[in-house]
Amino acid sequence: MALDSKTEARKFKIVGTRPLRPDGIDKVTGRARFGADMSAPGMLVGLILRSPHPHARIRSIDTTRAESMEGVHAVVTRADFPAFVEDEALADVLDNCMAGEKALYDGHAVAAVAATSGAVARAALKLIEVEYELLAHVTDVDEAMRPDAPALHEDRADETVPAGMSDNVMARHEFGHGDIDAGFAKADRVLERGYRTEATHQGYIEPHACLATFGSDGQADLWCCTQGHYMVRNTCAAILGMEQGRLRVTASEIGGGFGGKTTVFLEPVALMLSKKAGRPVKMVMGRAEVFRATGPTASSSIDVRIGMAKDGRITAGFAELRYQGGAYPGSPVDMGSMSAFAPYDLEHVKTVGWDVVTNRPKQAAYRAPGAPMAAFAVESAIDELARELGLDPLEVRLKNAAREGTRASYGPTFPAIGLEATLRKAKDHPHWSAPLGPNQGRGVACGFWFNFGGDTCVSLNITPDGTVTVSEGNPDIGGSRASMSMMAAEELGIPYEKVRTIIADTGALGQNDVTDGSRVTFAVGLATIEAARAAKREMCKRAARIWEIEEDAVVWEDGAARPAGPNAGKHPPMSLAEIAAVATNTGGPIAGHCEVNAEGAGVSFATHMVDTEVDPETGAVKILRYTVFQDAGKAVHPAYVEGQFQGGAVQGIGWALNEEYIYGEDGRLQNAGFLDYRIPVASDLPMIDTVILEIPNPGHPYGVRGVGETSIVPPLAAVANAVSHAAGVRLTHLPISPPRLLAAIGAK
Amino acid sequence: MHYVSPTTTDEAVRILSSAPGACRIVAGGTDLLVQMRSGMPEADTLLDIKRIGGLREIARDDGGWRIGAAVSGAELGEHAELVGEWPGVVEAVNLIGSTQIQGRATMAGNLCNASPAADSVPALVAANAVVRVVGPEGVRDVPVLDIPAGPGKTTLKRGEFVSSIYLPAKTGQSGDAYLRFIPRTEMDIAVVGCAVWLAFDAAGTCTEARVALGAVGPKVILAEEAARALVGTRIDEPALDALVAACSAAARPIADKRGTVAFRTHVAGVLARRAALIAKNRAGGAA
Ligand SMILES: Cc1cc2nc3c(=O)[nH]c(=O)nc-3n(C[C@H](O)[C@H](O)[C@H](O)COP(=O)(O)OP(=O)(O)OC[C@H]3O[C@@H](n4cnc5c(N)ncnc54)[C@H](O)[C@@H]3O)c2cc1C
Repeated sequence: MALDSKTEARKFKIVGTRPLRPDGIDKVTGRARFGADMSAPGMLVGLILRSPHPHARIRSIDTTRAESMEGVHAVVTRADFPAFVEDEALADVLDNCMAGEKALYDGHAVAAVAATSGAVARAALKLIEVEYELLAHVTDVDEAMRPDAPALHEDRADETVPAGMSDNVMARHEFGHGDIDAGFAKADRVLERGYRTEATHQGYIEPHACLATFGSDGQADLWCCTQGHYMVRNTCAAILGMEQGRLRVTASEIGGGFGGKTTVFLEPVALMLSKKAGRPVKMVMGRAEVFRATGPTASSSIDVRIGMAKDGRITAGFAELRYQGGAYPGSPVDMGSMSAFAPYDLEHVKTVGWDVVTNRPKQAAYRAPGAPMAAFAVESAIDELARELGLDPLEVRLKNAAREGTRASYGPTFPAIGLEATLRKAKDHPHWSAPLGPNQGRGVACGFWFNFGGDTCVSLNITPDGTVTVSEGNPDIGGSRASMSMMAAEELGIPYEKVRTIIADTGALGQNDVTDGSRVTFAVGLATIEAARAAKREMCKRAARIWEIEEDAVVWEDGAARPAGPNAGKHPPMSLAEIAAVATNTGGPIAGHCEVNAEGAGVSFATHMVDTEVDPETGAVKILRYTVFQDAGKAVHPAYVEGQFQGGAVQGIGWALNEEYIYGEDGRLQNAGFLDYRIPVASDLPMIDTVILEIPNPGHPYGVRGVGETSIVPPLAAVANAVSHAAGVRLTHLPISPPRLLAAIGAK
Repeated sequence: MHYVSPTTTDEAVRILSSAPGACRIVAGGTDLLVQMRSGMPEADTLLDIKRIGGLREIARDDGGWRIGAAVSGAELGEHAELVGEWPGVVEAVNLIGSTQIQGRATMAGNLCNASPAADSVPALVAANAVVRVVGPEGVRDVPVLDIPAGPGKTTLKRGEFVSSIYLPAKTGQSGDAYLRFIPRTEMDIAVVGCAVWLAFDAAGTCTEARVALGAVGPKVILAEEAARALVGTRIDEPALDALVAACSAAARPIADKRGTVAFRTHVAGVLARRAALIAKNRAGGAA
């Protein structure tokens, strides 16, 4: 372990156990309040009118008939918002929430109404007259890159894009080191192959919802379902041209996000409707709106070239990645390009990524954004090469695995990492040697994710009776309230049940980054531990005052202040509760807090193994067995770590087998519902087995690494590799839906 | 919107033919309520048939079974005698939705919703089931095949509704089976469905056959050529090959988000072969 490690070797009492989550009862009894569960006196219903066209200039919008309708209190179009938003990315967010000059995709918002009931609002939407000038559209990434493709924007490409390319190409990214030509020259076998993945949606169960109240004094309150209410505050304030401090945002419970709730769709519109109407406005999306107009992930087209020596050593790796991220710049192709070869220690490696716009909804983050598609391409190619050379796919990966000291393909040098450990565990696992039957195949793949730290605030308050409340600013998606309570209890030496963690609103804490980048258990955990340490220092100070000894003669051990040694005098220990009870007399209330831009989020690696069975007559695929091996650094609550492993694997299986955005020739989304957008159902899956490895992250006091995203990176390739072996034909286009697989088998 | 729940067929017919505006029948409501919520033209009157006398009964009738139009899928599945005689029909009904849906969904609703992909319909056609229709002009019995007219359309006239479905008496050595293809394992809609009913003589030769295909045309298809391929055989390999070819030929699917023409055409044959083998096995004795 590195010498500058923040991690202490320690024996944990609470961290690593599996207590009940504090929000569990609320969620199973229906008491928990989600986005749509809030109401306010005088509340109006807000609804959005959406473009039925994939690409159209908006010539005019006539709202007069809708406005004069009984029960309608406000109609909003782009004209109501500030004409100019300085930050280009935020200007795009506004344009996505409410179209300006053009409707850029089927489902793009063009107007909104607030009315006394849903029925009135629906009727009012029909009275809004929009005059469209229809334009040619493009939804496929490769077609959008043709120089003659219909252009969504003019002159928006950044300086990295060579002249003469389609106006839809927004940016070019390049990463790598070495000389790939020299590397390919050393290879015994070079494989070149193209891969495609379709756009998928995060598929969270809870549709977007919010309740906005804009006061006549210019102060506003917003209740919404989001992964980051501070982000909502800052984004809405910028879009509405108001000061951040005048808008208070409270996060509801959240029914899933997976990255899709790291931006805004309804919130600025609801605020504007409320401002105009002078009444609270509630907006709740329907499922079709969620599919058509929120942020699915990018679809991709990727070319990979890998050179391998006979012994399995990769001599060079190259990938060209093209991602369409919908109607605005910012597809995660940069992340895809950085992560594609990250698991491997390569002398010669290069990736080039193209960010492309199309007439589809603006993509939003989806769990390890950009990485699963890149890993699908690279891990498929490695698997194919290993097969051709008659090598064990796990051995090939072990031979090339990145380790401590490896210079990553995207630049930095890795500290202690866990890839090798996951591969060795996989090799020793009974799953790897279990026999397979006819039409069955086994696949493996590795995956990497960066993880993130970022701005974080925690306040830890000691109540007069000795219980503890922790206030943090990150919506709890995966059980983080439990994890924070556990870390606070561990640090303070008190029972888990004595700590209650809440998600505070934007008025209560300083800036907090979004619940994304697998950052919360790492960064908020780190801040919670620091806040607890600050409270402990204060409690030691109070004990010192009572005992009339020096502050540094008091230590905190086992949940109590104690004299540091015999010289400090013979004082019986004072527990947290005892110190809290007399706090008024020793200086007042006791709290600890921490505000930090948390650095040192450790990267995380995983290896997945899956067995599939193919019905060669119908192309149906069955997942027989699935095992996840992943490094968690330190699993604070192992059940939630397993849940993240399983959830990522299942979403990846859906992406690999059946989930896809299907657009018709008319540029309209064909499957805006859960019937034809097929996420896996429980009966499609075996229990997903998990193996947690703990290679401590030197950047965290307890060694924690983020675990939430890495788990979706390997499954696309693992499933494709398994199906390819079972079917005897290489599958390079996801999803491997039955018609696609049957056609591939037929073409064998 | 009015909700009415008459207790006799006469009363129901009277309301159906005289209520102003659009009157829709609700049985289980598992299609209707979903459609109403997703913005279909609203009904002025909802007529619930569940309280009409006899409509929730499964009764012996002339050696066969008369199944009331309001009998749920779950009730059919729990009727051991019926399952013993018409396992293919019941398994088709029981494929609909989930446990919750089964508690409400009816076979008649599945038929009258007139989806080309309705699961129970091919099985009913293969079973040669007959629908009892009541209306202002009295009662008429209609083969299941003649009820659907196309996607979302039936041949029922204004004021008419289905009061029961009749499954004929099981003949000696006979058996039925239904298979559907869906990309997942449940909660999905048939991309192709196929039902086969077979009868054998004592020597194990197929004497009669009915083969029906779902989701590969605007309405259920009775594949007569496919049936002819089986009659007079012992359902051996050549017969099965002929069955597969005839089913693929009979299928007239469209390509859409759920499957390509080539896929549906091919899988129609695959399912027919598999269903025929199950039906043969169920017919028992016919080795
Ligand atoms: C989650 C879910 C899953 C589903 N899965 C499947 C599936 O796997 N396979 C499948 O085939 N279907 C499926 N369905 C559709 C539906 O459940 C079935 O079609 C069901 O059989 C309909 O029966 P019902 O009694 O609920 O019909 P209702 O909704 O009550 O009625 C359906 C239609 O038929 C009319 N109608 C009903 N009864 C009569 C009658 N006696 N006479 C005249 N008209 C009548 C109604 O007016 C309405 O137009 C599913 C539905 C849901 C919600």
